[in-house]
Amino acid sequence: MTDLIVNDRPVRFNMDPQTPLLWALRDAANLTGTKYGCGSGDCGACMVLIDGEALRSCLVTLAECEGRVVVTVEGLSRDRSHPVQQALVAEQAIQCGFCTPGIVMAAAALLRTNADPSEDQIKQAITNLCRCGVYPRLVRAIQRAGRVTRRAERISAAPAPGIDAKDAAAAVPAMRAD
Amino acid sequence: MSEQATLSRRTLLKASALAGGGLVLTASIPMVARAATAAAGGPAEATLNAFVSIAPDNTITIVGKNPEIGQGIKTMLPMLIADELDADWNQVRVTQAESDAARFGPQLAGGSFATPMNWMPMRQVGAATRQMMLAAAAQRWGVDAKGLKTELGKVIEVSSGRSATYGELASDAAKLSPPDPATVTLKDPKAFHIIGRAIGGVDSPRVVKGEPIFGVDTQLPGMVYAAFERSHVFGAKLKSANLDAVKAEPGVIDAFVIEGNGNAEQLVDGVAILSNNWWLANKAREKLTIEWDNGPWGDHSSQRYDETARAAMASGKPQEPIVSHGDVDAAFASAAKVLDQEYFYPFLAHVPMEPQNCTALMHDDGAIEFWAPTQNPQAGQGSVAQMLGITPDKVRLHITRMGGGFGRRLTNDFMHQAAAIAQKVPGTPVQLIWSREDDVRSDFYRPAGWHRLRAAIDADGKLTGFDDHFVTFSLPGAGAYNPAAMAPDIFPAKYVPNLRYAQTQMETRVPMGALRAPSSNALAYVMQSFLDEVAVETGKDLPTLLLEMIDGREKEPDERGFMGVSPGFNPDRMRGVITKAMAMANWGKPVADGHALGFGFYFSHMGYFAEVVEASLSDRKQVQVHNVWAAGDVGSHIINPFGALNQVEGSIIDGIGQAMGLAVQIENGGAKQSNFHDYQLPRMPITPKIHTEFVITDNAPTGMGEPALPPVIPALTNALFKLTGKRVRSLPIDTKLFA
Repeated sequence: MTDLIVNDRPVRFNMDPQTPLLWALRDAANLTGTKYGCGSGDCGACMVLIDGEALRSCLVTLAECEGRVVVTVEGLSRDRSHPVQQALVAEQAIQCGFCTPGIVMAAAALLRTNADPSEDQIKQAITNLCRCGVYPRLVRAIQRAGRVTRRAERISAAPAPGIDAKDAAAAVPAMRAD
Repeated sequence: MSEQATLSRRTLLKASALAGGGLVLTASIPMVARAATAAAGGPAEATLNAFVSIAPDNTITIVGKNPEIGQGIKTMLPMLIADELDADWNQVRVTQAESDAARFGPQLAGGSFATPMNWMPMRQVGAATRQMMLAAAAQRWGVDAKGLKTELGKVIEVSSGRSATYGELASDAAKLSPPDPATVTLKDPKAFHIIGRAIGGVDSPRVVKGEPIFGVDTQLPGMVYAAFERSHVFGAKLKSANLDAVKAEPGVIDAFVIEGNGNAEQLVDGVAILSNNWWLANKAREKLTIEWDNGPWGDHSSQRYDETARAAMASGKPQEPIVSHGDVDAAFASAAKVLDQEYFYPFLAHVPMEPQNCTALMHDDGAIEFWAPTQNPQAGQGSVAQMLGITPDKVRLHITRMGGGFGRRLTNDFMHQAAAIAQKVPGTPVQLIWSREDDVRSDFYRPAGWHRLRAAIDADGKLTGFDDHFVTFSLPGAGAYNPAAMAPDIFPAKYVPNLRYAQTQMETRVPMGALRAPSSNALAYVMQSFLDEVAVETGKDLPTLLLEMIDGREKEPDERGFMGVSPGFNPDRMRGVITKAMAMANWGKPVADGHALGFGFYFSHMGYFAEVVEASLSDRKQVQVHNVWAAGDVGSHIINPFGALNQVEGSIIDGIGQAMGLAVQIENGGAKQSNFHDYQLPRMPITPKIHTEFVITDNAPTGMGEPALPPVIPALTNALFKLTGKRVRSLPIDTKLFA
């Protein structure tokens, strides 16, 4: 049995403690946003935040997560409102989208320590693989997410589930972007 | 504009042979067919045809019929319908179609076919639906439909200004019989308000939240996970396996032998292991001991293929001709200068980010249901039905979003495997997942190839003769589509007076298939590099040579293909993108110290692309790509600029990645590479700045998934020649060449 916090909830996993966190999340916790891409720490599709740090969950065992705080892409925001989520949609830095959850987590961790990263800093920090090649857009998206983080810009590209951004803005004038 | 795929009332798209998937397609888009209204409580949606339903709240639900692999088709095809329907894109919701040829016509993600095949039919669906809304309003108001117009989801009477929303009219419209799509009036393209707009992917908000939309995210009550062990030697047969030891492993529910049917595209021998979590199922493979019979295939290797190919090229005696015209021998006999070089490109794997997987449920009545990430669902339904000995209507297939395809998922071996496993546990849903190692080692590889190229140049510096001895593979038992074949009309076939393409085939069991821009992804490199050699030899640059070769030449005749008429190669369009790319890149002007430009052009999948690469070498002699300028002609409209630019950028990075470091080597009858540590995809730091422009011409729009990839590889190797004087005649680029 392993106890940890996943997306703000205490969770007890009744599994082999050597199970990689990735498979505990996917097959036991039904959190399939975290993706399996290689199982060897190369691709980054399985990145989650563990105590705030973006780590590859295929290389971390459940036992190593005992008592730690894990945030998956499902828990980063309730309503897709994290600046990285908004900016990736706004810049369409998404093709197939399978690497996206890992990149979202890596970028969120980067912006937490550096909300104004240069192109080079982004290229060094985001080591994730994107087979479709959205890399040029990723630089733009992460810089834009940085501007949102610094309150220098607002984006409403990915509405909360079930709510249209326009409707929300119409109902709540304070939400209007312009 | 040339004749295109269009809808008529009954048979709308007839297909015979499809290059790109090895399947035969005979299908129609019967837009009169209505989907069963799936109203679960609440006010009923009015289903107007297989593609469009409109709810009383004015939400328009459009079905995206083709599989989404990241190419943006789930957004793009509904845009075509929505524009002609005169909908407001904000009121449109998109759902994914199931695999159903009778309702939706052809459903395929491959060959960059979706745009040319659907440009007219999807617009006709939208226009026919719009006509139904007009008719419903005319009926309700008792007026002539001629006095009505539509605008952003409303019908408006021009004289009075009164209006009704589509939502208000939908239930009346649903009672009308749909018009013949062939007779409906399409919009003047000047009035397009959705086509041509940069529209974000309809699934993107769900993607960034990690919602379960991919095949491997499928979760069903009582589902178990399966891992599958097969031989690393292609063509090996299973003799025995220690199943009891595996069944004793923790968490293992069951393990059994799957007997293949001898067709690697369907089912190979192996052992399936079931568990409640995939990690345990996969881990139990470590305890497996399987005795294999490798037959004659266990000692095959890339090295052996290379030795055989080099000997064949040196012999000067190809096995068989591909195409020949003029007097090639005479051209070489009278040449002032002869170039004679060998080129090579390796096997490549597809490695989409989402490893192969498939969820299957065998029902008690013998019907089977799939949740399958397949680019080629209808072919999968057909061949699984055949394998199981059931009729295709007993195969239900939910098409899931895919974490990439690149051609890998045109082959449905994973569906057959999942079916064979599910058949052993009827009533229990099974999710088969391959490890990345399985994916790399069980691919249908881009075929390796060897070319001995000779060019005859006369005393005036004219290219008078061209000879290619291509060494490739024979594929015993392959279907109609042979990914290792070279078409007879590959450029410059028709543009050199004396020319011969001929080939020698080697026997192999290495599975091969279509990789994004199949054949073109290799032949562009070979032909455009060797033509660059010719250009250098004759004191010109490549674009100048290419423009001279097509000077005065007419458009080639259209050909009737499976998608209607496919337009013949047009030298004017080639000229258009070449001159555009030259202008964009300031071709011929000085570049930064230590940098050089290289050029490449290619025509594939009905698209024309010219690209210029600016490259340099680092102090450690590593290749650096700084800028890529791409000029493309894919016809009269860029339907969704977001998607189109993403495809160009992705193709260019894909091509650069292949050139700089990708190869699969065969050793001991199997693939040596296994994962991303030894099959190193490009990452962020190698990404150049990519500048894309489209040359808009009066031709029907064509697809974007592939044609931007091929020319970037020779553009890069030609830039490296300009920079170093060293010619890259073997891929991937070996930087020792520049030491």
